Amino acid sequence: MEIERKALQVNAIKDGTVIDHIPAERLFDVINILGLFNSQEMITFGTNLDSKQLGKKGIIKVANRFFQDQEINKIALIAPHAKLNTIKNFEVVDKRVVEIPSEIGNIVKCFNPKCITNNEKIKTRFAVISEKPIELKCFYCEKITNEGEIVIK
Amino acid sequence: MQKRDLISITDFSKDEYLRIMELAADFEKNPNQNLLDGKVVASLFFEPSTRTRLSFETAINRLSGRVIGFSDSSSSSVSKGETLHDTIRMVSNYADLIVMRHPLEGSARYASEVSSVPIINAGDGANQHPSQTLLDMYSIMKTQGRLDNINIFMVGDLKYGRTVHSLLMALSEFEKPVFNFIAPPELRMPVEYKHFLHSKGIKYYEHTEFTDIISEADIIYMTRVQKERFTDPIEYEKVKNVYILKNKMLKNTKPTVKILHPLPRVNEIHPDVDSNPKAYYFEQALNGVFTREAIIAHLMGLK
Repeated sequence: MEIERKALQVNAIKDGTVIDHIPAERLFDVINILGLFNSQEMITFGTNLDSKQLGKKGIIKVANRFFQDQEINKIALIAPHAKLNTIKNFEVVDKRVVEIPSEIGNIVKCFNPKCITNNEKIKTRFAVISEKPIELKCFYCEKITNEGEIVIK
Repeated sequence: MQKRDLISITDFSKDEYLRIMELAADFEKNPNQNLLDGKVVASLFFEPSTRTRLSFETAINRLSGRVIGFSDSSSSSVSKGETLHDTIRMVSNYADLIVMRHPLEGSARYASEVSSVPIINAGDGANQHPSQTLLDMYSIMKTQGRLDNINIFMVGDLKYGRTVHSLLMALSEFEKPVFNFIAPPELRMPVEYKHFLHSKGIKYYEHTEFTDIISEADIIYMTRVQKERFTDPIEYEKVKNVYILKNKMLKNTKPTVKILHPLPRVNEIHPDVDSNPKAYYFEQALNGVFTREAIIAHLMGLK
């Protein structure tokens, strides 16, 4: 019953990708990171939906779009529990979880205000030195940005 | 040959540390060598640091190189708003090597990506200052005859002091070091360095004041306790006189112990220590010239 009610909250799609279990407050960051604001395809999303795991969650459904692991892993930092369902003809044909990559490209800001990346136009780069909790070591200033300090560029 | 830079102390392997020690000893015996004849070295000091700049420029001159550059960004195009990227791109066309000091952290690593010639980091904010660490190691090697089995006491500001952090990393590459940290609670060694030592099975002990325990030391590494590091000025007043090394405190120490300090000192080493043969901080500064000659020769493949 519950599943049916949720399905009504955000319309089903025929072909495409469902990204579920996004922390509600990170929904728009996920949209930004995946560049969905430029998309011409139909996108539906919901937020502040009840979730046993997260309390409040967000969900995004993108029609006719299929993501590579490399693309989707970019959201792992802010939505580490996100799940991806690939939909073909209204059926779930593949389920994936996101994985935190060992290196994070130009997504996150370094929390150190004295870091060169916050003072000149430079792409940030981090090594992931811990996954739980997330700890990112800046390739430039070598300072560590902790999970709570992560700000999306 | 691939371009080599020296940005962080961990850019060098243990073998390279030893190679630098060997070369520095060679330059100490014979400081004037024509290895940089016909070469131009840029010395770019985006913030003033007279001691470091003079040490590098002395090293370059003793190697017969020519120096271009500036000692303060107000006398360069930076004051017109030029980016670090553009300054480095331009200068790397002129020079064969760049030595740089910059107030922003990570600036040297970034410059090494932009530059076509080797970069030596002479300090990037509070981050790294690897030539200081190598000259500290050379001073330890020279006075103790080894880098293995060193019992080192680090005293003062262990929280923000980049010199103690880099020296800790470098000495951890050698056999069985023992670290003793003496610092006020506010300025203790950060937990990530303690985790690092723990993960390598290296012994360390923490103290909040000087005691007879310093009789075990091979090296006493002093740093400045700076007033501006304290959130509460009362805390500073409480501790400011606790970390002053006086001559009488050295009575029971080993005859071979040496006192190091990256300089400049303020009041943390009483002047009555200066005449004690255990005081080594002024010789340590001179070792910097030989060590920097060694770093330049090594990076440029001249030796």
